[in-house]
Amino acid sequence: MPTAEQTLDEILTLAAAHFKVSREKLRPDDDFFKTLGINSLQTLDLLTKLENHFHVELPDYELQGVSDFRTLAGKIQARL
Amino acid sequence: MHEGNPSVGQGAVSESALSWSLTEGVIELALHRSPCNELGSASLEELEKFATALQVMEPDAHALIIYSELTPGFCAGADLRELYQRSQAMERTQAARGVRDFLERIHRVLNLIDGSPLTTIAAVHGVTFGGGFELALACDLIVADKMARFCFPELRLGLIPGFGGIPRLKRDLGNAVVRDLLLTGRSINATKAQQIGLVSQVVGEGEVLRAARATAAQLRKFDRATAAAAKKFIKPIPHEELRLEIDMFCELFARPAVEAGLRKFVESSDAQPYLP
Repeated sequence: MPTAEQTLDEILTLAAAHFKVSREKLRPDDDFFKTLGINSLQTLDLLTKLENHFHVELPDYELQGVSDFRTLAGKIQARL
Repeated sequence: MHEGNPSVGQGAVSESALSWSLTEGVIELALHRSPCNELGSASLEELEKFATALQVMEPDAHALIIYSELTPGFCAGADLRELYQRSQAMERTQAARGVRDFLERIHRVLNLIDGSPLTTIAAVHGVTFGGGFELALACDLIVADKMARFCFPELRLGLIPGFGGIPRLKRDLGNAVVRDLLLTGRSINATKAQQIGLVSQVVGEGEVLRAARATAAQLRKFDRATAAAAKKFIKPIPHEELRLEIDMFCELFARPAVEAGLRKFVESSDAQPYLP
């Protein structure tokens, strides 16, 4: 099982690739809505991408209020 | 629609919500109303035109593919902004009548697609929510891009799905899964949808239309009448439950909580308004 830091790093890499932003621009505590400039539909894309990559299921109600990569990584780590 | 030729058409002259074509026995219905094929009164009128054309084209076809040409997804469901604005502009009983009329009309269209003698394929990607999910459920097969997501978010508004979603989902899936999707309002991805038996094929990103066309080509090998008979045998339309759904939706729609829910959605600046 990956460590929490590895999971966080993979999320940052995936998000950067999917939304075509530089990986170096993304920080763990960034608000991903602002940093990635994404709307609600694109957030669902990110969720699907992460579920497919980590082979987990993340009910979206668990993500209500989550807006930074680190908290998101914690939610995923809890399901690995 | 081209006069006298129902095999190529679109719902309206300009800014149409959809268009269709018939090529080598396959009818393709393309959805393209921005931002994500929300189903409002204009879309419904065009769907009704398509439904009329479909019945004319059916003798010359063996398959129907429904897909979206828009990046965000297949269909985000009912046009809630239009629903809210219209209900605000009308007196309450008039608004309730309008909702019932809308539901009965869209049920007629979806029942026609559901009961078509053709084999019908929903080729979905991205957002497949609410009414969009219900449109896909009217089809015989759902082929999904791995980035597709399915959801019934209606309870968030104090409503239930109104385009036939619950009876058709119950027809296809176990009641426990139906309750989970309906009562939690959570969205699920294509892999999960395939695991529970909702989706028959999951394909790579951007491959869904190709996969649906390949499936339609396979269907052409079989006798059309036999395929239609098999479909009729295994996929009865739950008419009674569909009627009850309309009644229940209208009953719920009359409550003040729905108006508040719609207003909250329309006025929301939440970054995640689509998430229940």
